[in-house]
Amino acid sequence: MTRTPLRPLARILDARQRGENPDAIERENLRLRHEAMRDSARRRAEGRLVVLAGAFVLAFGVVGLRMGLMAAAEPQEPRAELAGNPIVGQRADITDRNGRVLATNLSTYALYAQPPKMIDRVGAAKKLAAIFPDLDEERLVKDFTGTRKFLWIKKKVSPEQRQAVHDIGDPGLLFGPREMRLYPNGRLAAHVLGGASFGREGVNSAEVIGVAGIEKAMDDTLRDPARGGAPLVLSIDMTVQSTMREVLYGGMRLMNAKGAAGILMDIDSGEILSMVSLPDFDPNDRPRPLTKGDAGDSPLFNRAVQGVYELGSVFKIFAVAQAMELGLVGPNTLVDADAPMKWGRFTLREFQNKNYGPLLSVSDVITKSSNVGTAKLALQIGPERQKAFLESFGVFDPTPVELVEASGAKPLLPPKWSEIVAITASYGHGFSASPLHLAAAYSSLLNGGTKVEPTLLKRDGAPSGDRLVSERVSRASAKMLRQVVLEGTASFGRVPGYEVGGKTGTANKPIAGRKGYYKDKNINTFASVFPADDPAYVLIVMLDEASDNSGQEPRRTAGWTAVPVAAEVIRRTAPLLGLRPKIEPVAASGVTLASE
Amino acid sequence: MTEMVYGAVPLQAGEPILPRWWRTIDKWSLGCVVALFAIGLLLGLAASPPLAARNGFEPFYYVTRQAVFGGLALIALALTTMMSPRLVRRLAVIGFALAFVALLGLPFAGTDFGKGAVRWYSLGFASLQPSEFLKPGFVVVAAWMMAASQEVNGPPGKGMSLALCLFIVGLLAMQPDFGQAVLVLFSWAVIYFVAGAPILLLLVLAGFVALGGSVAYSSSEHFARRIDGFLSPDVDPRTQLGYAANAIQEGGFFGVGVGEGQVKWSLPDAHTDFIIAVAAEEYGLVLVLAVIALYAAIVVRSLIRLTRERDPFIRLAGTGLACTFGVQAMINMGVAVRLLPAKGMTLPFVSYGGSSVIAMGLGMGMLLAFTRKRPQGEIGDILIRRGR
Repeated sequence: MTRTPLRPLARILDARQRGENPDAIERENLRLRHEAMRDSARRRAEGRLVVLAGAFVLAFGVVGLRMGLMAAAEPQEPRAELAGNPIVGQRADITDRNGRVLATNLSTYALYAQPPKMIDRVGAAKKLAAIFPDLDEERLVKDFTGTRKFLWIKKKVSPEQRQAVHDIGDPGLLFGPREMRLYPNGRLAAHVLGGASFGREGVNSAEVIGVAGIEKAMDDTLRDPARGGAPLVLSIDMTVQSTMREVLYGGMRLMNAKGAAGILMDIDSGEILSMVSLPDFDPNDRPRPLTKGDAGDSPLFNRAVQGVYELGSVFKIFAVAQAMELGLVGPNTLVDADAPMKWGRFTLREFQNKNYGPLLSVSDVITKSSNVGTAKLALQIGPERQKAFLESFGVFDPTPVELVEASGAKPLLPPKWSEIVAITASYGHGFSASPLHLAAAYSSLLNGGTKVEPTLLKRDGAPSGDRLVSERVSRASAKMLRQVVLEGTASFGRVPGYEVGGKTGTANKPIAGRKGYYKDKNINTFASVFPADDPAYVLIVMLDEASDNSGQEPRRTAGWTAVPVAAEVIRRTAPLLGLRPKIEPVAASGVTLASE
Repeated sequence: MTEMVYGAVPLQAGEPILPRWWRTIDKWSLGCVVALFAIGLLLGLAASPPLAARNGFEPFYYVTRQAVFGGLALIALALTTMMSPRLVRRLAVIGFALAFVALLGLPFAGTDFGKGAVRWYSLGFASLQPSEFLKPGFVVVAAWMMAASQEVNGPPGKGMSLALCLFIVGLLAMQPDFGQAVLVLFSWAVIYFVAGAPILLLLVLAGFVALGGSVAYSSSEHFARRIDGFLSPDVDPRTQLGYAANAIQEGGFFGVGVGEGQVKWSLPDAHTDFIIAVAAEEYGLVLVLAVIALYAAIVVRSLIRLTRERDPFIRLAGTGLACTFGVQAMINMGVAVRLLPAKGMTLPFVSYGGSSVIAMGLGMGMLLAFTRKRPQGEIGDILIRRGR
């Protein structure tokens, strides 16, 4: 913007020459400048006035709109008892694979109070405390007579309790309709389902949100109105689950274990037919999480998914399978198994300092559970290949199962995969994984060699996963596992009519917070597959700190604890799963197998 | 000769006063004001009998008083609209000075009527709230100062008016009367905006407000709880706000019927701050929307008429008056629908209130005086430019 000077010298000089008053020029310029300023101010003001007018129209519009919305809304209070106001089941049911209900909704009422409306506050508090023994009368009196205008008293009341509160007859005690989540089977599948609680609460309704398990992991799906209330169908089979829980519970008591976990998985599809973790809880009344101590001691802890343990010898079959897959050995190749074995400053021993060597066939390495044998195989394979092989089975990543706890259970791995790590990993030590990892890995190995992702949702048919090992190796592995039951460490695993194969794993528990292992606290695992000639199901049974005290000395190996429990599970669930028992001459089968 | 003997023939220079007034005044806005006043009386019939019963008067005591004060207010409004802007300015400045002195004197001679804030002078038959009269006066003074500052070599009117504004805001906040303080601050801001506030400054201010708000929200637990309580959909049904919200919902679109409303019995401020809730309950959304439309019409019409105004003082003063009026109505209704936090503010012309109605009449009179049609010198401008 060029600014004309008020007294341009040329014009002033001109005027002086002509004898005029130069101030007139200044005044004229001043007037012009003032007019220009006024015009620009007016134009600017015009625009801003229009903006202001627009803002007012908008603001009044908002007020009017809000008025309209409020007028269109139904009055809030009191309408709990309004008839013709059906409560819509907003959260979908959860059923097992055969449509039997695992979780559903129940219409109930929440009890709340508006103390200003109450007539006899102290009397009402007294009567309420009589109806609900868990309420504290003094506290109620304090709440009712204080300054509070509104308080929730009970989140769910039964019809009898509701009638009793009605009978108090105080107008300040009111009910709000509620949907509550009900688990009709109680503790059955507690860890799978997790639990639900109320989210945002209003007088007229409250959100039901999942807090754990599949309820939380699938919360959005369950609350999705677009699904039209279609139930979520799980892969769980309720009868199998019930049997598994019963047997596992008995086994845990008999074997003096502090915890147990069991997983039964369809070998082709990865569907989890049953998943039990003990001790468990009632999802209708979830206990509070422990605030101190080990979270693993809480009944909320899902040992099958959250518990990552060094599972021990159950992983030996992977070393053997990889060696066979790479063509390094066959089932009958003799390998060096001379114990003890020296590696650097480490000495590797067998169980109870035995020596199965000097030479042992690969099949017998598994049957006898030779640490030295698998260590030698691992050294032949090499650390990188071994790590890649185990990783391909998903043992190093959190499982993709539909539980909110699964993503938190990341296996513990050594920072560097050296040769000594390869040796220990070959017999399942030095890295930790959950029983679910083990189940998925066994399924992938034994179903013909294709990768399986564990799932809790019912699947239509088996998805075709990536091939991990050849069918030949898969069949040979199953045969070796069968051998373990027939002649090896898992002899208690024989179930008449069903060809069970499996591998035991006994691992000392690491001492929390320190280096080293407990001598007398074990994680006992039995990873089994049945029927071994045409694998259909994988069963993992894990007992935490089990000890069989029936003999002279406490026996703490998996063969004495986990295996008989697993055998009982198979004996009772296999018929439920529709497997026909085979009548086999026991002695004959032994002869046949030995001749190979 | 005849003239020498009989005197000159009386000569009317220009139009007669009343026809000219009628021709130049904003008839629609005037009509809206009268309509609002009528609605106020109608609602007063519904809202004030409970109060009269409580205070031991005959049922329509407050309605009669409102009619009397409203009549006075309409007369004051009519007289003010007939004045020339210059006269309005002079009288308003004098009125402002008086109200200012009265405001200063409040701590010494005022009463609080047991409401905890010293805002009133008790005159026996009525009470007087100086801040109500101060508002229009302040708008005129601030506009005058700003307009003067737009002259070449004019006084620093912006700074002066801001200082005055802050001083008054301080006085009002001490009473405490945050509602009026906010209105005074807002009126100054709006005048400053139209007078040409730099855009950059506006943006910076908006940024500071947002920043300050979020800092206050995150650092002060008390403040956060207030805001959360305000935002949460579950309103405590025993508060004034709860009753008001409930009344609006009960009313629905067409109301529960004349005299059938319940909210007036439970709300202490049913006849003043929450009169819109009474209207919504008894007459429904229809009447509420009509009231909103009336306010919007007055404000928007005045602002649009002011865009054509060439005199900076008239433009600024008119803007200030119109916007203050509109915002006061908006805050009142915004509180009732829970768009804004609770703040005692009357609904102009509709709420009951003696001195406040008269003050409103004066303010609206000034606004209508400013928005009258008058020659805007367009032809003069054209002639000057041609001559050059």
